[in-house]
Amino acid sequence: MDILYKAFIDPFMQMGAAPDLFVQTLWDGLVAGVLYSLIALGFVLIFKASGVFNFAQGIMVVFAALTLVGLHEKGVPAYLALAITIGIMFLLAVGVEKLMLRPLVNQPDIILFMATFGLTYFLIGFGELIFGGDPKVMIATQLGLPRGAIDFKFAGGFVSLQKIDIAATIIASIMVASLAIFFQKTRIGRALRAVADSHKAALSVGISLEQIWVIVWFAAGLVALATGIMWGARSEVSFALEIIALKALPVLILGGFTSIPGAIAGGVIIGVGEKIGEFYWGPLLGSGIETWLAYVIALVFLLFRPQGLFGEKIIERI
Amino acid sequence: MLYREAGQFKSSYTADMAVFPILQDRIGLGIVLFIAVVIIPYFGSSFLIQAIMIPFLIFSLASIGLNLLTGYTGLLSLGTGAFMGVGAYACYKLTTYFPGVNIIVWILASGFFSAAVGVVFGLPSLRIKGFYLAVATLAAQFFLSWCFIRQPWFYNYNTSGAIEVPTRALFGIPVTGATSSFTTRYFVVLGIVIVMTWLASNLVHGRIGRMWMAVRDMDLAAELIGIRLLQTKLLAFAISSFYSGVAGALLVFMWYGSAEPSVFDVNLSFFILFMVIIGGLGSLTGSFFGAALIFILPIVLRYIPPKLGIPIQSATVDHIQYMVIGALIVIFLIAEPAGLARLWQIGKQKLRVWPFPY
Repeated sequence: MDILYKAFIDPFMQMGAAPDLFVQTLWDGLVAGVLYSLIALGFVLIFKASGVFNFAQGIMVVFAALTLVGLHEKGVPAYLALAITIGIMFLLAVGVEKLMLRPLVNQPDIILFMATFGLTYFLIGFGELIFGGDPKVMIATQLGLPRGAIDFKFAGGFVSLQKIDIAATIIASIMVASLAIFFQKTRIGRALRAVADSHKAALSVGISLEQIWVIVWFAAGLVALATGIMWGARSEVSFALEIIALKALPVLILGGFTSIPGAIAGGVIIGVGEKIGEFYWGPLLGSGIETWLAYVIALVFLLFRPQGLFGEKIIERI
Repeated sequence: MLYREAGQFKSSYTADMAVFPILQDRIGLGIVLFIAVVIIPYFGSSFLIQAIMIPFLIFSLASIGLNLLTGYTGLLSLGTGAFMGVGAYACYKLTTYFPGVNIIVWILASGFFSAAVGVVFGLPSLRIKGFYLAVATLAAQFFLSWCFIRQPWFYNYNTSGAIEVPTRALFGIPVTGATSSFTTRYFVVLGIVIVMTWLASNLVHGRIGRMWMAVRDMDLAAELIGIRLLQTKLLAFAISSFYSGVAGALLVFMWYGSAEPSVFDVNLSFFILFMVIIGGLGSLTGSFFGAALIFILPIVLRYIPPKLGIPIQSATVDHIQYMVIGALIVIFLIAEPAGLARLWQIGKQKLRVWPFPY
């Protein structure tokens, strides 16, 4: 009975007793969720346009952030470093397309998935070789990102919002909105959607697959850079950040591999669920349940909707 | 010239359906077994046996397990590392409670625990497919890793949080623990790997294997011809996890000697998946090739630069090693997406018609 009480009554009592703490947890979850969505967005972009499950997205985040910080350490001004990093992400996209995707065209999904593993390992080695394995501090202030926190009174307590988190949320919303417009309204966006529907049909109407893939990988690289800046500003830039790719996977299956709104909704559900679960139910199970709670939440959703919340309905034919 | 099947006539259906229908293949298998059973234990150095052969055989067993699931049944799993962990921890707990029982019995029995856990986490496979399933199996990986770290019951409440392998003797000869000789351990591992490979070969060539392959090729069609999807998929999960579990128990008891929970993290799962993909999906021989390549390659890379007299710091070697492995994975996939097993077949085919290719 005690366990039942602790599992089903006590957490809600705590929420009611300290609403400011609850709102604070909710906000933390929301911000974490937005960052998860950003990574998931990188996955979705590539999956939509090339059907590749890009495991390297996590390391691309680290690689972009490291390049930016590393360049700044060499004495390059912050905004110039940003521009150069964007250029490097473009080169990476071209390289991946030329050396990896083109020779592997028409292979089964799992082979392409494995190839992105190879890319992950390559980028880990390459990044560490050039920038070293030590954690670095993100150049947040130099890039004009705000610091500090806004406190406001709420229900007899304080809720504190980090300015950097607010900035992250705003930037993420802008990125998502612009990507949505890019996908829906522009000519290239339409070509991207055509490629996502069918490679062959897109080729037959004269869409250049190579060009599309470079654009998509570049867009994913930009998303990775934004994620790297935001995430790096919250903690630090190191290869430990790579595991956030694994954090984004449940977001991805929850939202559906092919849906941009899904990535956002999934991110928020996972982020909030994870933080609330850890804070209120964590003590019951032993700490650290954050590592798997997201997966279990996603699994429960999947049992009812196997294609994720916003994924395309899977129709199987013989 | 030597590799010809001319003149070898099959006079019965059984002979025609044999796993190794060609005489030279059977001789080759005999030679490989002879080298493994006689030459290596008697002439191999302790480095060769301890640091290369034992882990190589254990990883081969694990990748056979994953190959049964991913290569034969088409269910992508990223939870192998955790299932291996279940085997290792089950074996550890069993031998703690019943120290008198033969350790090999417990190593094999720990597979059943792993199989049971595998079935539970395999349940979503009926509704979830492809990459969705792969991510779902990651749930198993993270949940089980968390259990090994946070639940002290698993590691007998000792302060280090790691499991230590106790010394267990078999007929008066120590098999596990610090006092056991590496030759004994090698023989135990080799014996288990040979028997389990033989069993796996029989499985995939029989009715169950056919069912698995039908499900892999198209599960909807398989269901229509009367294959029960739930049972078949769960059986694949059970048997695959059994193999993983035994491999995990062997990994700790025969190689590491003690293990931290981090041994069984998600990287181990990826490592085994590499072996399966590089070796060749749906090929038992491929599992051995894949394990050899992925496991032995880093060792070779580590020893090449000093031999060539290139002075490199060990950290740099690590980074370059990562780069080379990453690049090689991509290169191998481009060269032959069907894996080393396919290359091996092509080689044999070339050999059959050599020296006249037409």
